[in-house]
This record gives sequence, C-alpha cells and structure tokens, in this order.
Amino acid sequence: MTIVLTLLEAIFILLSIVIAAATLTWVERRLLGFWQDRLGPNRVGWEGTLQIVADMVKIFFKQDWTPPFADKIIFTIAPAIVMATVLMGFAVIPFTTHFGIDLNLNIGLLFFLGMTSLSVYGVVLAGWASNSKFSLLGGMRAAAQMISYEVFMGLAVTGVVMLTGSFNLTDIVQAQTHLWFVVPQFLGFVLFLIAGIAEAHRLPFDLPEGENELGAGFHTEYSSMKFGMFFVGEYAGIILISMMTVVLYFGGWNGPIFPPVVWFLFKSTGFIIFFILLRAALPRPRYDQLMAYGWKLMLPLSLLNLAVTGAAMLAWS
Amino acid sequence: MMITFYVAASLTLLTTALAITRSNPVHALLYFVISLVSMGVIFFTLGAPFAAAMEVIVYAGAIMVLFLFVIMMLSLNKVTVHREAGWIVRSVWVLPLFLVAGLGSELARVFLGGGSVGMIRVVSPQEVGVRLFTTDISTVELASVLLLTGLIGAFHLGRKER
Repeated sequence: MTIVLTLLEAIFILLSIVIAAATLTWVERRLLGFWQDRLGPNRVGWEGTLQIVADMVKIFFKQDWTPPFADKIIFTIAPAIVMATVLMGFAVIPFTTHFGIDLNLNIGLLFFLGMTSLSVYGVVLAGWASNSKFSLLGGMRAAAQMISYEVFMGLAVTGVVMLTGSFNLTDIVQAQTHLWFVVPQFLGFVLFLIAGIAEAHRLPFDLPEGENELGAGFHTEYSSMKFGMFFVGEYAGIILISMMTVVLYFGGWNGPIFPPVVWFLFKSTGFIIFFILLRAALPRPRYDQLMAYGWKLMLPLSLLNLAVTGAAMLAWS
Repeated sequence: MMITFYVAASLTLLTTALAITRSNPVHALLYFVISLVSMGVIFFTLGAPFAAAMEVIVYAGAIMVLFLFVIMMLSLNKVTVHREAGWIVRSVWVLPLFLVAGLGSELARVFLGGGSVGMIRVVSPQEVGVRLFTTDISTVELASVLLLTGLIGAFHLGRKER
C-alpha cells in the first residue's frame, strides 16, 4: 500500500515538474519581453497563457528527422538521458516535512550531485552522435565546463554539510529553523549558485549552445520532440537548481504564517525568476574566460570557504 | 533488496562483457558507464550508500566523462572501428579465459559453500569519514601523494614554452 502511495506521489510530483518546466518557456519569454521593453507572446489565450499549448501542438507535428550521418541509437537516447537524470534529481527534494519522494535518504545531497554529473552525458553524447562539427564543439564545451563547475559545486555544498553533519536534505532544512545557511555560508551560496547556473548551462554560461558561433551547439541537428526534450529538460534543470538552493541555503520550507509548501514554492519561484533575469541582463563570456574564471577564481574561493568554515567550527566548539 | 542486487549484478556482468567486446570505442565506454552505475547500485544494496554515491559521482560522472572527452577529440571514424574489430581475434582470449576460469571457480566455491550474501549493516557516511582519517590515514596520505605527483606532471606538460 505504501509503495502504491509513494509511486502516486512520485508521479504527481514529476508530472507537475514537467508541466511547470513547459510553462516556464512562456514565463521566460513574457518576462524577457517585460524587461526588454517589448511584449513577448501575448496572443494565444488570456495574455498568452495558452502559448505552451500552441507550442506543444506545433512541436509534436514537426517532422522528427534523424540525420543519416548520425549514430542513431545514441542520438535517440541522448535527450532521454538529460530528461531522466534531471527528473531523478527531484527524488531527494524535501518540499515539506512530509511531502517529497524520498525524504530520508542518508546520501540525499550526494544523490543530487551524482544525478547532475550524469546529466552531462546527455549533452555530450548529443553533440557526439550528431556527427556535425557545431554539435561536436558544443558537446566538448559542455563536457569541460560541467566537469569543472561540478568540482566547485561539490566543494561549496560541503560547507553546509559540515555545519549540519549530514547529507540528508531533511536534516539540512531542519538545521536552518533559526538561521538560514545563507548567512554563515554566504560565499558558499554564491559559489553554489554560479556553479548551478553553469550546470544548467544557462546564460551567461550557455557556451555549449552559443547560438552566435555554433548554430545551436549540441542540439543543432535535433528536431521535433527530441529537441523539445532538451528544451523542457533545461527548464526542469533550472527548477531543480532553484529548489536545491532554497533547500541548502534559504531554509527550505521554513517561514512564518503561510503553510510550509507555499514558502518552499515561493522561494523557489524567486530563484527561477532570478535565473531568467540573468539571461536578460548579462552578456556571454568567451570560452577560455569561463574556464580560467572557474579554475583560477572559483576553486581557490571554494577551498577558502571550506578552510574558514572548518576553522570557525573549531573555534566555536 | 535482494532482487535489486541480482538485477544490478547481472547488468554489471553483461555491460562489462559488452564494454570489452565492442569495437566502437564510444559504445564500449557507454557500456562501461552503465556497468559503473549498476556497480553503485550493488554497493547500495549491500549497505554502503556512501561508496555507491562516490562510484556514481567520481567514476561514472567525472572520470568517464573525461575519457569520453578525449575520445571525442580523436575524431574516430569507420576505419578505426574496423581496425579495432580486427584486433579482437580468437587468440587474444586465451589469457583472459584462464583468469576468468580462476575467478569463476572461486565464485562457484562461494555460492556452493552457501555463505550468506546480502546486507549485514548500513555503513553511514560519517563512519566512512572517521575510518578514513583514523585507522586508514596512511592510505589517504598515499593517495594524496599520488595525486600531487599527477598534478606536478600535468603542470609540467601543460607549461607554456618561453
């Protein structure tokens, strides 16, 4: 009985995530329009709310073309890897004390890191299997970028793990009842957020796509719903990173007056909008700048964060 | 948990065998990645969640991506796949067969001996950390010396000529 209930809960959560990710494609275009002083899609339905329905109909009816020069099997499973790994990441997110797929996994945080590191394969393999130079360049950029930024992501969250003494995400949220970790771990928070943007390969770190130099990067050869999977997977990735930031640094479901789940979704939405604002506001760096920035600035800073956190904990105890 | 263990174990054996016999290097590598991930599942079912997570994050998620990165840069084509297939002939199987026979007989002995397989207790991440920095400190130190050597070597090779 519990298995069926958990399964239903999991299906409900994952389905909501996918729908929310699809809706975000419209939200993003409207918000970008607002910030750039233009309208954005506002024709289909009230203020364009039905735009995603129109987009879905269109994308499903497009010709699903697999290039004859591509490696067919890998070309087909690459979008599925992206989607599956991102959705697996949601398995450990505690929405409230009782709502979530696996709330008490003792390696919750490590599971999330593992899934984000596996999601690299989807992007890299898409680039390789397409067998075209733009895709290959995009895939190689993705591999180097995501491996580098994963290192700082892991080191940045270690500060939180040290303060809590657990990888369990429910424990991490409960440890923030009185003080959110963004205060003692501010540097860690900034590093995690930057690494998160790079992991989700969003602007300003969307060099694997880099449309002005690579066509569309790793998904240049993709069409129809295979492309749609990459697209929705990217937005699901944004939701995942936002929720993870809230869980690790902004007290998860903690908050006065309103019910916990409202607080959780409210904070997460704030970060999602911040991600979209970044796209509207920042230019894209050069590739070598991105790598140099990662290894020469972010790595020393995350090590410093670890050392200071450890020293402070020693002095405190 | 036992069913999961056997499914993961047979998947590991199957994908490892495929990883050895495929002549397309990227396909071989992907089978090996699946093998590593299912090995993580084996660790998890045997009560070592931390080792399972490390298997996925470090081996499958980082080292294998670097391998893939290098293979992608080599721009391998049908010719190389054909040449690779030419290397997998009957005579190369002789030594591996002996080794497999040795391991297999050992495995059969364990199975026939009726020893219990399965989870004895769950080892928490804290326990692993404490062990690494108390009783097993020499291993950690040796590994760090090895990594430092690698780092110095990479620095030397990657240094710009003046």
